[in-house]
Amino acid sequence: MDDAIVVSNLTKRYGNLTAVDHISFRVKRGEFFGFLGPNGAGKTTTIRMLTGILKPDEGKISVMGYDMEREKVKARQVMGIVPEMANVYVDLSVWQNLMFMGELYGVPKVLRRERAERLLRELNLYEQRDVKAKKLSKGMRQRLLLCMAMLNDPEILFLDEPTVGLDVQSARLIRKILRDLNEEKNVTIFLTTHNMEEAEQLCDKIAIINHGKIAAIDTPERLRGVMRELQCVEVSFNKPPSVGELSALSHINEVRRVGKIFRLYTNSPFDLIEEIIDYGKRNNLKLTWLQVLAPRFEDVFLKITEGKN
Amino acid sequence: MRDTYPTNIFPDQIRKAIAICKKDIRIYYCKGPVIIFGLLLPLFLFLAFSIGRNLSLSFLVPGMLGMSVFFTSTSVVPVIAPWETRMKTFERLVSAPVTVATIIFGDILASAIFGLFISTVPVAVGLLAGTPIINFPIMLLSIVLSSFCFSSLGALLSAPPSDTPATVMMLSSLVKFPLVFISGIFIPLESMPLWGRFIAYLSPLTYFVDLVRHSTQGTGQIPLHLDLIILLAFTFSFFYVAVKLHQRSIPQRI
Repeated sequence: MDDAIVVSNLTKRYGNLTAVDHISFRVKRGEFFGFLGPNGAGKTTTIRMLTGILKPDEGKISVMGYDMEREKVKARQVMGIVPEMANVYVDLSVWQNLMFMGELYGVPKVLRRERAERLLRELNLYEQRDVKAKKLSKGMRQRLLLCMAMLNDPEILFLDEPTVGLDVQSARLIRKILRDLNEEKNVTIFLTTHNMEEAEQLCDKIAIINHGKIAAIDTPERLRGVMRELQCVEVSFNKPPSVGELSALSHINEVRRVGKIFRLYTNSPFDLIEEIIDYGKRNNLKLTWLQVLAPRFEDVFLKITEGKN
Repeated sequence: MRDTYPTNIFPDQIRKAIAICKKDIRIYYCKGPVIIFGLLLPLFLFLAFSIGRNLSLSFLVPGMLGMSVFFTSTSVVPVIAPWETRMKTFERLVSAPVTVATIIFGDILASAIFGLFISTVPVAVGLLAGTPIINFPIMLLSIVLSSFCFSSLGALLSAPPSDTPATVMMLSSLVKFPLVFISGIFIPLESMPLWGRFIAYLSPLTYFVDLVRHSTQGTGQIPLHLDLIILLAFTFSFFYVAVKLHQRSIPQRI
């Protein structure tokens, strides 16, 4: 069995609103899977159904071989979960929060103490172990939530926007821990995020959800490749030509002016460069700037979600 | 690779309910104001209705014990779910490998332990005032059973999917105070009109007060075994309905 998650025809409705609309996808074991979408696209509803908090109106979910309708408790035993809006128990100390979580997951006492100590050291929280959680910063609380999610040594980790609003150091540390967990322990990771750069850096595969439907699902590289028209060549000349003249060149999809720089969108950047050089010579213009830009993942994401609207 | 600590679902869930109970005691019960409130509210209520009335100690002590156990067992448990909803810890809790019944049972267990702890005070006051305990096992059994019963009622009262503890407290008071007045604490069952007695039989507190009278006076208005069976039936019914309602309210809480 290679699949960690198998979702088929998953649907959730809130009254007249279909939050998740007949989506199907698979996540392989050991895969780092990114789940992206704008606000209200259905990301959190999907992750809540995958973790058994919400019951789907239609469709089937299997996580690590367990049917989420019949074997929810068994499935959760091998999951680690960091919900989007979750908080730690602020009246308990860091250590008490971890011990409580260990007890909820049935981790034996000696093991949970060992793991708690190791995780607190890895996430730079060991010095705060006796501090009440109410005194922790947001970044520290989020790191504690991640410790709590990893205490049962999960086979699969669900994270709903774990780095939102964090300081750079905390976000970087969390990303490093997740990457190590995935690479060294082969833990499957299901991550929702708004951070395109984060998704691009971490994920093996990305699904983009919009209006409750999967708009695209592929590797970050192939998603970018699919959107070749988003490649662009930036140029500027010693004397600015008109947008109309540049638009008349072949191989150009669109021209945008950003200050003195012209951004020329194209499917064939190298053919276009030859055209630009010829154009400069013909019109006695000297190139002062030329740069080929690969499509940014953010542009790909916006293009896909706009296209499906 | 796969951890297999839980071998049998039932003991595993019981252990997890105990973990939830310990968490509740740490966070919600081991606080000075909660303990003082638990001790003082029933005492003041009792004094308000007993001072100036010519009632015997053997009648008053069961009433005081009844109010203590009833108010303490239903004081905190109704606000745990709304409070955890507000503090955003509820989603983390329901994401763990626990059933809703386990969470509710853990909350009830903590509340019942608190009720048992507080009940030692009126029992001690009764003993010091010279109230005899004729049947101690029945007294103990009735306190344990009623603590669970009233705590289950408290869990039921926390089912509305609110994140405002004050809302649940208002609903809770609306149910609790009338029950105190119809349960034979201030007016003995035998002095009530027939319709009043019929209403009193709908309250679980009636059976607890009657059980305490069995254990302190050797006699009650309802047969002993019936008191126990009905109290047990109330406990299971409250627990069952609480679990069902909480299962339904989870999507609205998160």
